[in-house]
Amino acid sequence: MNVARTAPLLEVDNLQVEFSTRRGIARVLDGISLSLTAGETLGIVGESGCGKSMTALSIMGLVPQPPGRIAGGEIRLGGEELLGATELRMRQIRGNEISMIFQEPMTSLNPVYTVGDQIAETVVEHEGLSKREAMNRATEMLRAVKIPAAEQRVREYPHQLSGGMRQRVMIAMALACRPQVLIADEPTTALDVTVQAQVFDLLKDLQEVSKTTIILITHDMGAIAEMADHVAVMYAGRIIETGSVEEILKDPRHPYTKGLISCVPHLVREPPADRPVLLEIPGVVPPLTDLGRGCAFELRCAMRQARCRTEKPKSRETTPDHLCACWVVEEKASV
Amino acid sequence: MSMSEPLLSVNGLKVHYPVPKTGWFQPASVVHAVDGVSFSVKRGSTFGVVGESGSGKTTVALAVTRLAPVTGGSMTLDGENLGGAEGEELRTLRRKVQIMFQDPYSSLNPRKRVGAIVREPMDLMNVGAPEEREEAVAELFEKVGLRAEQTALFPHQFSGGQRQRVGIARALASRPDLVICDEPVSALDVAIQAQILNLLGRLQDDFGLTYLFISHDLGVVQHICDEIAVMYLGQFVEQADRAQFFQRPLHPYTWALISAVPSADLNHADRGRRVNLEGDPPSPIDLPSGCRFAGRCPFAEERCRSQVPEFRYFGNGHRAACHLIDENGVPPQEKL
Repeated sequence: MNVARTAPLLEVDNLQVEFSTRRGIARVLDGISLSLTAGETLGIVGESGCGKSMTALSIMGLVPQPPGRIAGGEIRLGGEELLGATELRMRQIRGNEISMIFQEPMTSLNPVYTVGDQIAETVVEHEGLSKREAMNRATEMLRAVKIPAAEQRVREYPHQLSGGMRQRVMIAMALACRPQVLIADEPTTALDVTVQAQVFDLLKDLQEVSKTTIILITHDMGAIAEMADHVAVMYAGRIIETGSVEEILKDPRHPYTKGLISCVPHLVREPPADRPVLLEIPGVVPPLTDLGRGCAFELRCAMRQARCRTEKPKSRETTPDHLCACWVVEEKASV
Repeated sequence: MSMSEPLLSVNGLKVHYPVPKTGWFQPASVVHAVDGVSFSVKRGSTFGVVGESGSGKTTVALAVTRLAPVTGGSMTLDGENLGGAEGEELRTLRRKVQIMFQDPYSSLNPRKRVGAIVREPMDLMNVGAPEEREEAVAELFEKVGLRAEQTALFPHQFSGGQRQRVGIARALASRPDLVICDEPVSALDVAIQAQILNLLGRLQDDFGLTYLFISHDLGVVQHICDEIAVMYLGQFVEQADRAQFFQRPLHPYTWALISAVPSADLNHADRGRRVNLEGDPPSPIDLPSGCRFAGRCPFAEERCRSQVPEFRYFGNGHRAACHLIDENGVPPQEKL
């Protein structure tokens, strides 16, 4: 694959985001760097509160300020700097060039407008189509996301649709202006597995046709294996490991990534006769207001050393394109 | 399998809810939440019920705890009539059946100290001598991986995983035989799920508990359950022990359900061989005639739409309700 050779479409460079809370400043994102090319899917995994959704909101320019504050870094879309962009420019970009699918299809749709109105609104806003043309586009989009009887559904309200259909409406809305980047924040968490499978297939088909870049935020390694080309594992506001999906799933290096993969009971064809004990990651994510000088994972890590407490590990390359921030994991050069 | 008597037997259980009429001349309609379910759970084992949302699995759990109105069928617990018990009789039986809920945030009273929450069932059901109860609460806290001094805290002072531990301690307070686990880990972070699943396994060994485990997560069910039933629109469509269930699912719905779970194993042999079901399950109010799965089944024939399939045995206690499984027990998906 020579994807790495083509110019990146979306670049995030050393992004720092802080929130002021009653307990002090919480550094919710601490030096996030990402690079995505057109048509690629990046999976971001981690536990709740590790900064996955905040990364998405930062790219969308939706970090509430205050209490949030972008403390540093850059976000570039096709070379254009987004962090300094005016609110007017961001409104042009949101929904048109970058759009987002949220986790809860029940609460992210407006209950008092028909789904057609809600899809059409984006198109009228960004492409200046007439109301009628926009409604035609909405019907077309519903058909593209395989909603049966689209002509009829376009006039219905969210409560008249099932959860799976509502999530498709969200996808139709996000894709109505053919964005270059689609951020999907836990798009299938609220859905049943059979519906999840339908949504994944739909996203893959649409990506094939329109070469959309997808950022998939999830906590499910199965979803990652199914969808992603590259993976970034986040912990306490940092990316602690990143690489191709094969590298991360087959040869995880960071103790946290290893834990995340093996703490989930994976479905197998031939289950063992007795119940094995699952590997546990002890404890919980530390409060972000109270991160010490060292590695944020240190207290939960079985492999910790003295150095982990006092020095933050830097991201180092273990094999080409596979980066890991852990003192215990050896560098490529020293292997 | 041992010869032991089942702890819980459920026979032809029905839970129907009337729907308010939409107009004067409209016929009254009924939600068939659970529509004729039979199973038995062996003492000390874990029986899993899986299914999609709306399939009726939680209603089964609520009916067994007598928290949902039982419209038809019978249930016995340890030889006693659980389905028909009322008043004091039911209170005595409830001591033996406890439930732990999905959401650890909304299932604990925010205004009570967690020690009092765990103690309450003991006071209500007269478990142990009153002066020993404080000690018993402290012991339970240690058992579920909390510290005895944490009994004085309020629910909001705990993380999600810890709150679920409090919920488990509360469920165990009356020393039950049967514990209903309704999606006990689905609201928790992946890293915390493993802690709770391991805890449930340990407690089962320590207290000889029997679990009725409700979940939509097949990975979790495979890990923890000895016997598994699949529910679709208020009925069981397949039931088998763990090995048979995953090695050779018979019902096309089970087969589709298992294949829809994304695997994190990139070397998985079945990778990419997924069967996609179209559409959503039909409404439990206007049930289709014939097989309830026929509308989404890739193999459905004419008789599937007109005749209700029988829940048949195919050896070793493996049961499935499908017309298309032949007399040798070969399911339609193997004839592709």
